[in-house]
Amino acid sequence: MTTDRKIRVLIAKPGLDGHDRGAKIVARALRDAGMEVIYTGLRQTPAMIAEAALQEDVDVVGLSILSGAHMTLVPQVLQALRERGLDDVPVIVGGIIPPQDVPKLRALGVAKVYGPGAPTRQIAADIQALVRGTAPAEASAP
Amino acid sequence: MNAWAQRVRQGDRRALARVLTWVENDTPEGRRALHDLFTATGRAHIVGITGPPGAGKSTLVAALARHLRQQRPQSRVGILAVDPSSPYTGGALLGDRVRLPADLVQDAGVFFRSMASRGAQGGLAPATQRAVQVLDAAGYDPIFVETVGAGQAEVDIMRLAHTVIVVQAPGLGDDIQAIKAGILEIAHILVVNKADRADAERTRRALEDMLRLGPGPDPTWTPPVLLTVATTGQGVPAVAEALAAHRQHLHRTGAWQRQDEARLAQALDAALRDALWQRWRATLPDEAYQAVLRALQRREISPAEAVARLLPPAPPPA
Repeated sequence: MTTDRKIRVLIAKPGLDGHDRGAKIVARALRDAGMEVIYTGLRQTPAMIAEAALQEDVDVVGLSILSGAHMTLVPQVLQALRERGLDDVPVIVGGIIPPQDVPKLRALGVAKVYGPGAPTRQIAADIQALVRGTAPAEASAP
Repeated sequence: MNAWAQRVRQGDRRALARVLTWVENDTPEGRRALHDLFTATGRAHIVGITGPPGAGKSTLVAALARHLRQQRPQSRVGILAVDPSSPYTGGALLGDRVRLPADLVQDAGVFFRSMASRGAQGGLAPATQRAVQVLDAAGYDPIFVETVGAGQAEVDIMRLAHTVIVVQAPGLGDDIQAIKAGILEIAHILVVNKADRADAERTRRALEDMLRLGPGPDPTWTPPVLLTVATTGQGVPAVAEALAAHRQHLHRTGAWQRQDEARLAQALDAALRDALWQRWRATLPDEAYQAVLRALQRREISPAEAVARLLPPAPPPA
């Protein structure tokens, strides 16, 4: 019987942008790093993402946002998580995020922000550190 | 009963999710919760869903859950969806939630949990049965268990579920392949999904012909062959009716009770094996075990000889 603790990560795409190639690449990379990745697909509302995070009891929530609506969507997701008592679940955000928005997202409570071309190995290492509670809480260079 | 088990019994979904994680990781907290929850288990109708990848298992489960929730708003539907773990990295991509529409994700009467197979080969995960017990004790009924869907006979689901639905889709193979895959041996209900495709009727006839050649898993029950279009909900009420009919059939014939007793007998044997092994292993110095293991690995002794060296001779009958 295995007692080995698997990291569970939710990868979700809030909002209306129509392609999820980046999200799938990250999901695949995290799987290859030995994690269990729950992938929810496109066009998830903040409530759906928070509800999935609750039912799946994930260690980390990863949001992929390409639409430019991150300053609207991220606070909504964080709020939906808080409403369900999931304040302690770290949230990471990847996508097309202008550099000036990174500190704003960090101030909202986002643990990590990744721009296009962020090495997936770094994302996996950051998640492992976040789950172990040893992550230095600063944004990685986008 | 400890606080976590209490919260699960009271319908706290956060506690349910956390206990499922513990049970999946086989932690002491998980074992404690299973112990506390056990007397509340044995009520739910456990429904297995299997069939080849792409047949529409996840979409059908979602359509069934929606239908059942509309029919009985006071009911609670549990869904466990198993996807394969990578044999190389141990990671898994659990994608069955993609088929779960917004209304069901946010429906407080539906609980959906993805499980990775974690090395198990029979289409389920090592902890699926225990996860079912937790959902059962939490009041979820029915509980759908969607298998990995390797397509070939997934016998574990037959042992776990009261009712097995095998989902096929037109054009996935001929009737010989269906016989090879052993679906008739495990199916209580056969569903031909994607029935809006041209050759759905032909697939149905092929399955019905095969059923005439030999019975399914239960000689007193003839598996219906039903057509559905899970994406639109067409044909889904008939599947729900067949599920209810099979549940009634199991109760009427006493099979529900017999299967439950057989399952618990197996559970006792398995628990005894575990306990005996652990008790004995704790008495054996590790060097002694390793010495015998190395002799076996060098092929100096056979496995039978190794056992004879490790285990004390059985006491003579009194």
